[in-house]
Amino acid sequence: MKIKGEAVVLDDLDLEILQALEENSKQTYTEIGRLLGVAHSTVYDRIRKMEKHGIIRKYTVILDLEKAGVKYITAIMTVFTDPKESENVAKRLSGLEQVLEVSTSLSEELLIIAKVVAEDQEKLHSFIAHSVAPLPGVLRIRTSIVTRKYKEECANSFFQSRGS
Amino acid sequence: MTTSPASRVLRRLPREKVFYFFTSIGNYTGEKAASLEEFAERIREVNVKSLEFHLYRGDFERWTDQTLEDGELAERIRSLKSLTPSGDSLRDQLFLIVSKRYEKLKGTSSAKPT
Repeated sequence: MKIKGEAVVLDDLDLEILQALEENSKQTYTEIGRLLGVAHSTVYDRIRKMEKHGIIRKYTVILDLEKAGVKYITAIMTVFTDPKESENVAKRLSGLEQVLEVSTSLSEELLIIAKVVAEDQEKLHSFIAHSVAPLPGVLRIRTSIVTRKYKEECANSFFQSRGS
Repeated sequence: MTTSPASRVLRRLPREKVFYFFTSIGNYTGEKAASLEEFAERIREVNVKSLEFHLYRGDFERWTDQTLEDGELAERIRSLKSLTPSGDSLRDQLFLIVSKRYEKLKGTSSAKPT
């Protein structure tokens, strides 16, 4: 890893370590070192640097809630906003526990795209009607309920596979 | 269910009690009503799918009863629902019920709705 001004540049070994962690973040430094043919101290050093510079933001778990018997639905909510209020709406949405992701997009109109979770359709509707529609600057909302998920990866995998 | 004084029913509601018109689960039209007067106006303008969506979920009768506190209007809307109207017929009948109720309350109230 090299620091160029404000930017952090990852080398191939950093990317390989990230890929190994992404597949199983419970692996030890020794196991990753053995896998990649480097010393565990090298792995430790690289990981600490990536943590320090915010490349690795946190370690988490991916749960299979269905197997855990938790009933829930996911929806993609597109919020059309008054441009003057868009940032405030995005911030307010980000503070709501039902909202998992918030992004903005500029197409013909300024949009906020959010991933939302709820126990069922009625609770989803109630949440949107009582907590999202009343936010100042919200012009209208389109919501699509996810019926089946075919793939879920983060951008890391794409850039690692390109070796960038 | 109680019928409150006209001035209370005709009051302007705070943001969190406003009626927001949706056409289906999570799909907000951008139309809203913060008073009985606005509610009547929106009924004439909003996508008729929204009227069908809310009528058959019981949202209109719940809002008029619990938020506007007009049990009589809620009962009339409930009666309309039992007739299963749809499309423009629903719009016309609902508008008639709500606008008549508004005119009646306005006539009996000394309050000046904003």
